[in-house]
Amino acid sequence: MERLLVVEKLAKRYEHGPLLGTKGIVTALQGVSFSIGRGATLALVGESGSGKSTLALCIACLERPTSGRIVFDGNEIATSDDKRLREVRPQIQLVFQDPARSLNPRFTAIDLVSEPLLVQGRLDKREREDRARGLFAKVGIRQEKALYRVAEFSGGQRQRLAIARALALEPKLLILDEALSALDCSVQAQIANLLVELQVSLGLTYLFITHDIAMAGHLADEIALMEQGRVVEFGLADKVLRAPDHVATRRLISTAPRLGAAAPALRVV
Amino acid sequence: MTPLLQVQDLHVAYTSWAGKKCPALEGVTFDVRPGEILGVLGESGSGKSTLAVALLRLLPGNAEIQKGTVLFEGEDLLRAEARTLERIRGARIALILQEPSLALHPMIRVGEQITDVLAAHESTSREARRQKTLQLLAEVFPADAARIAGSYPHQLSGGQQQRVLIAQAIACGPSLIVADEPTASLDPTTQQDILGLFRTLREKFSLSLILITHNPDLLAGLADRVLVLYAGIVAEIGPTEQMLRFPKHPYTRALLQSVPGGRDELAKGRKSKLPVIPGEAPNLAALLNGCRFEARCADRMELCIKREPEVTAVSDVHTVLCFKYGG
Repeated sequence: MERLLVVEKLAKRYEHGPLLGTKGIVTALQGVSFSIGRGATLALVGESGSGKSTLALCIACLERPTSGRIVFDGNEIATSDDKRLREVRPQIQLVFQDPARSLNPRFTAIDLVSEPLLVQGRLDKREREDRARGLFAKVGIRQEKALYRVAEFSGGQRQRLAIARALALEPKLLILDEALSALDCSVQAQIANLLVELQVSLGLTYLFITHDIAMAGHLADEIALMEQGRVVEFGLADKVLRAPDHVATRRLISTAPRLGAAAPALRVV
Repeated sequence: MTPLLQVQDLHVAYTSWAGKKCPALEGVTFDVRPGEILGVLGESGSGKSTLAVALLRLLPGNAEIQKGTVLFEGEDLLRAEARTLERIRGARIALILQEPSLALHPMIRVGEQITDVLAAHESTSREARRQKTLQLLAEVFPADAARIAGSYPHQLSGGQQQRVLIAQAIACGPSLIVADEPTASLDPTTQQDILGLFRTLREKFSLSLILITHNPDLLAGLADRVLVLYAGIVAEIGPTEQMLRFPKHPYTRALLQSVPGGRDELAKGRKSKLPVIPGEAPNLAALLNGCRFEARCADRMELCIKREPEVTAVSDVHTVLCFKYGG
């Protein structure tokens, strides 16, 4: 399969301090390599602090990696100048964990979804709003709610809005950073179904960041597992889930809670 | 055996800024036995967090307990005087909330925050309290209790902060802990550690635990019984294994099926449609006559819009609120 995104030996180090006289270097990413096929989903799994979100920021061109290569749609973007990045960024959009915090509470739904077009100076007001309404239909927001604000939507609908906003610039790659984790189980299922539908109809590529290995197994074609700033396992989802090579993968799979897990011995109380 | 906690016909309503009443819990009845872990399963808006704080009468100012009784160790908490409540809160019933970083004071060492709880409930010497704090921290951090005691919250990870709160909760030897989504902000490995810790503490101190969550997976292998809360009412309650394997209420069944990796996942394949519950939970301020789940229910009957079903026993330990089983 043709690769939309190729990441090679990526490293990111942060320098901090001097704070109280000490200066230090934190290595957030180290020798990270993987790739995502066009139109496919890669699930990036790992525990808190393993570097998943730093990697997402580097790919979205919001952080500059310290070294390594990121090739997006045939172009090297890790070392591109700012002018070039301004052309690349719209093609890579992010959806965050908590829409209540990532969406401006004072904006109406239609403003939220059409704002990226405004920022990019594309289309006139009328056309922007038409585009936003088209996106409402795609993500399942009722048109009557165009003037509602974030607080008036339920958690699942807020995440639909965040997805509509991310789609406004017709990106090629969508980075979903724990985009389902803050939602209830039944709502997670609704949004997961929406993501699959959109992927098929728009040919989107997803980088799905999660610590939910079951959802990763459901949505992803390939899985990459991160531990301490490195990708320690990367392969087809079936292979990774059924025959994991790395001990960290096996541990994550075994700690994932399961409905079918052995029930506790019945206690007489 | 006499239950430790008996909640009967609990009704709680909030008043909106416009003066409109909105019910949150309507006629919630259940009990918790000594040493039992009761899982409370519900989605956002089902009333599960309201339930957690209503038991201790810690509701916000715009909420009102309209009726019901909460019997705990012989005392009706809903009618108890403020001083009695103070004696019970934190000592006999402890509450653990979802976000550990918000529950701890950011500028006080965590050891001191545990000592404070002891000081509020026990008249012992400073030195005795300090010793006991270290003992409590050793229950949850076998390796380095002393170092943790001297740390500030920001120096600890989310999982460590939650352990501190658990140490704080067990400080005065409560008989019941109410934990509202205690692992929601933690990653899966830490989540399992914390749940394991609850299991250990239950055995060691024969505690009862009400574990509130929206994630049915967490209850498997941990809870003795599960209570399913839907739109402010108890839809179903029964032993965990029966509930998770053979759910009776159409809502419980739909909820369990919407989790990926469930029973049928492998047969259906990747990126297949997950079964979802159509529609959204009802607006409790504008309820109609019938069953609250009727509009979203796959098994609805004509009867369901006419009146609300009644509690029906499907076995002597398992009850459900649905006409399918008599109602």
